[in-house]
Amino acid sequence: VIPFPLEQIANLHRLAPEIILCVFGIAIMAVDPFIPGSNKRVMGWVGLIGTLTALASVGLVASDPGPAYSNLISADAFSVFIHVVVIVAAALAILGSLNYLDAEGAQRGEYYALVLFATAGMGILGGANELVTAFIGLEMSSISTYILAGFRRHDAKSNEASLKYFLLGSFATAFFLYGIAMEYGASGTTKIDGIQSFLIGWRAGHASPPALAILGLGLIFVGLGFKVVAAPFQIYAPDVYEGAPTPVTALLASAPKAATFAVMLRIFLVAFGTTADIWFWAVFLSAILTMFIGNLAAIVQSNVKRMLAYSSIAHAGYVLVAFAAATSVGVAAVLFYLAAYVLMKLGAFLVVTHLGQKGEKRLEIRDYAGLGLKQPALAACFSLFLLSLLGLPATGGFLGKFFAFQAALDLRDPRFVWLVVIAAVNSVIGAYYYLRVIIVMYFWEPSQDYTPTAVAPPLRVALIIAAAGTIYLGLFPGRVLFLAKTAADSLSLR
Amino acid sequence: MQTGSLFLTVITFLPLLSVAALLFLRSDDHVWIRRIALTASLAEFAISLLLLRGFDAADPHYQFEEIHPWIGQAIHYHLGVDGISLFLVLLTTFLTPLAILCSWQSIQENVKGFFTALLVIETAMIGVFVSLDLFLFFVFWELTLIPMYFMIGMWGHERRIYAAVKFILYTMFGSILMLVAILWLYNLSGTFDLQDIQGKLQSGIVALPPGTELLLFGAFFLAFAIKVPLFPLHTWLPDAHTEAPTAGSVILAGVMLKLGTYGILRFCLPLFPNAAHRMAPLIAVLAIIGIVYGALVATVQHDLKRLVAYTSVSHLGFVVLGLFAFSTVSIQGAVYQMLNHGISTGALFLGVGMLYDRRHTHEIKEYGGLATPMPVLMAFFLFISLSSLALPPLNGFIGEFLILVGTFEHHHAWAAWATSGSVLSAIYLLWAYQRVALGDITVEKNRTLPDASSRERIILVTTAAAIIFMGIASPLFTRRMEASTNQVLRQMERPQNASLPPVVPPPGAPTVTLRETQQDRSLAVIAGRLASR
Repeated sequence: VIPFPLEQIANLHRLAPEIILCVFGIAIMAVDPFIPGSNKRVMGWVGLIGTLTALASVGLVASDPGPAYSNLISADAFSVFIHVVVIVAAALAILGSLNYLDAEGAQRGEYYALVLFATAGMGILGGANELVTAFIGLEMSSISTYILAGFRRHDAKSNEASLKYFLLGSFATAFFLYGIAMEYGASGTTKIDGIQSFLIGWRAGHASPPALAILGLGLIFVGLGFKVVAAPFQIYAPDVYEGAPTPVTALLASAPKAATFAVMLRIFLVAFGTTADIWFWAVFLSAILTMFIGNLAAIVQSNVKRMLAYSSIAHAGYVLVAFAAATSVGVAAVLFYLAAYVLMKLGAFLVVTHLGQKGEKRLEIRDYAGLGLKQPALAACFSLFLLSLLGLPATGGFLGKFFAFQAALDLRDPRFVWLVVIAAVNSVIGAYYYLRVIIVMYFWEPSQDYTPTAVAPPLRVALIIAAAGTIYLGLFPGRVLFLAKTAADSLSLR
Repeated sequence: MQTGSLFLTVITFLPLLSVAALLFLRSDDHVWIRRIALTASLAEFAISLLLLRGFDAADPHYQFEEIHPWIGQAIHYHLGVDGISLFLVLLTTFLTPLAILCSWQSIQENVKGFFTALLVIETAMIGVFVSLDLFLFFVFWELTLIPMYFMIGMWGHERRIYAAVKFILYTMFGSILMLVAILWLYNLSGTFDLQDIQGKLQSGIVALPPGTELLLFGAFFLAFAIKVPLFPLHTWLPDAHTEAPTAGSVILAGVMLKLGTYGILRFCLPLFPNAAHRMAPLIAVLAIIGIVYGALVATVQHDLKRLVAYTSVSHLGFVVLGLFAFSTVSIQGAVYQMLNHGISTGALFLGVGMLYDRRHTHEIKEYGGLATPMPVLMAFFLFISLSSLALPPLNGFIGEFLILVGTFEHHHAWAAWATSGSVLSAIYLLWAYQRVALGDITVEKNRTLPDASSRERIILVTTAAAIIFMGIASPLFTRRMEASTNQVLRQMERPQNASLPPVVPPPGAPTVTLRETQQDRSLAVIAGRLASR
């Protein structure tokens, strides 16, 4: 007789955010059919309450960190940090979606349910201490977002985005799964700490780590690199980001990236920390390639969503710079970067959500001519997000880059000096296309045929939160940096 | 040292605070927007003058210091002024009200945005001058860019967008490498505090291998040289100046270029003296090329504003030359020339702006014989030109003279070549004046141009007064700068073998330098007296 696994129930509260998100998601799905079409908007508020409740429950997790579910989940400070980031992102995305879906005539309950499920998946990714658990989290978030990307059912581009994302994403997760299998074959375990101690033990007797484990790690890098949009796995991103409904793009470009980077940190730095000298080159080259592809391609875009898509590719590159350092300082820098990145990227896409207007017709950069005079507040907000993405001081984006560069230089290694110089040059290249939008908004004559409507209150709240957060992180980063450091210390590197 | 006082914080952030006041006004309430901006900037100037009262000229250290922890252990909110930054702060607060006054009528669109940008720039520039923490410095440094970018791009002339983008990309490219260098310095020394880094480098606790020092110097210097701008990095400047609105040009030429020379003096020389000495000949040659080339190009301009822009390339060449001659006199001259250039060139741009307000062109051939319809304006224009071409006893003369004397001490050839720039400056300025003001009226429209209005007279008289005052009362300034410039030279001293861990300086070394300093000081006094006669 197998005894009832009591200790799993005992630690259930450490999964509280996921449970709450899923309960709310299921509740929305169950209630949705009974809500008349004109009132579907209520489901959005329910979803928002779900995210806020989940956010509150993160506090519960933080008060009693530790393992859960036979150590499959590690509810440590690191996991808490990622939870906060992804849940806040989800809440902002929901706020940005409410009026958008009304305008598009696509107000349906399952939209919010899917956002909640995706967020739960991302939460699992943030806490996963075991590869198959990570896979489950990855699939939960991916499958939900595949559907969300195609939510404008009658739009060809949205369909294309969904299909492309689904096909290529399935490939990527298959790679990830294959990698997990190899890890299991090599080390006999799929636990992060198990692999870590296996490799430490192996290294004591061998000069090089087992080839199978490294091969598996390569496959894992492909699978996760796809999700964080690191080159050379970035091809899909511009099409998907362009085609997906803009609030979905806002979510896609921010939260899943943060969550996937989190699980990458656990796998590469904790489990495979002892082989950092081997995987370093992969990350190093990928970082350089990612930055250059993202920034150079962004220059020639005329569509705002595509431009921001390439910009998020570039930002993945900057994160990889700190990632490559493979130190505790580097992890803290990555976490801080992700927090700042999520706010500014989400903010930028939410502005585009509004500016696109009905049917997403206004997505060319030149459509925004003279916006600075027509809607000063909105244009100022957009400028703030763009300048933060650019890395102007006094914004979160600058400090993200600053800490990332600092972490990389901390090693006093010429390779990292080069990496940082390349990243620095790239951020100047980036300046060109971010500033171009500002040029159009402020320096061009206002376009006559386009007067954007007023920003809806929920979206306005979301924008204010994102903007305030961006400035807060730029001026008073101390608190968040401290949390990021605590989170980094909660990982047992090496 | 007055630790704990908030004096510098108030001076730095008062303009930003007044922006908050502007935001409460309706954006079509142009009158009150202008009035509040002007009042705020005048109040700012008055408060900054109080700095002079508490300032101890004999103390070479930073004064009015404020230090508070900001981010983590390493980054502080650390402010302070010494005899060098003190006057640059005053220059900033002096020019801003003038810039506001000159935009009184000429800016009619988005007035609120314009004055907001102007005041934000003021805060950022003062912040650069008073920051004693490299991180804080960099934040302010970058913050100067965005409002200037908007100023050129939104209120500039025909090719404004091109000029704005060129301006910002150039500067950003330089500063981002400086950021890497700042981070690298932090890596070595564990702090962003300028004085701590200085102390650690000087005492040899942190040893820089020559190669590293050169790279760090290069990264800092590139950022500053672009800003100055040093030949051949100057190409952004004529475009930015020509396309900017008058106030933008005044601020750009008056203060922003000094951010570069100030940076060289504050960071490049004291932190990396060996590299500075190694690179000095090359930089001096570039500076001299800048002096001569800028002057020659200015001579052949047919656009008055572009002409004035190129004079900056020439004049700032003098400043850089003075800095890299490494003598107290030349460095003092360089600092003094920074102030002079700020006022004289600022005034030139103000004058050109007044002409532009009347005729909406910068073409010299559109003018001619203007002295007849506008005797007052043109008289002041001549006066300002004379100050810019360094006629004794006006301000420009003192600065150039000190630079040339100080340079001549050790580098006869440099001084000789540079002197040609002084001659050329007489040619391009007087020739330009001749074509604009003298002779017969060539364009019929000019016959009826109104002379300087009372608002313009206030601007002109103020600048002229400053020009005369700085010409005759130069010891009032140099006396307060002296201790600080000597301090910079002392900070440049290093143990003989800097690449080895702490070495006690050989007993002979300091005495030699001390004697030199003594000699330099007496020279400065002589020069000061000479000039004031």
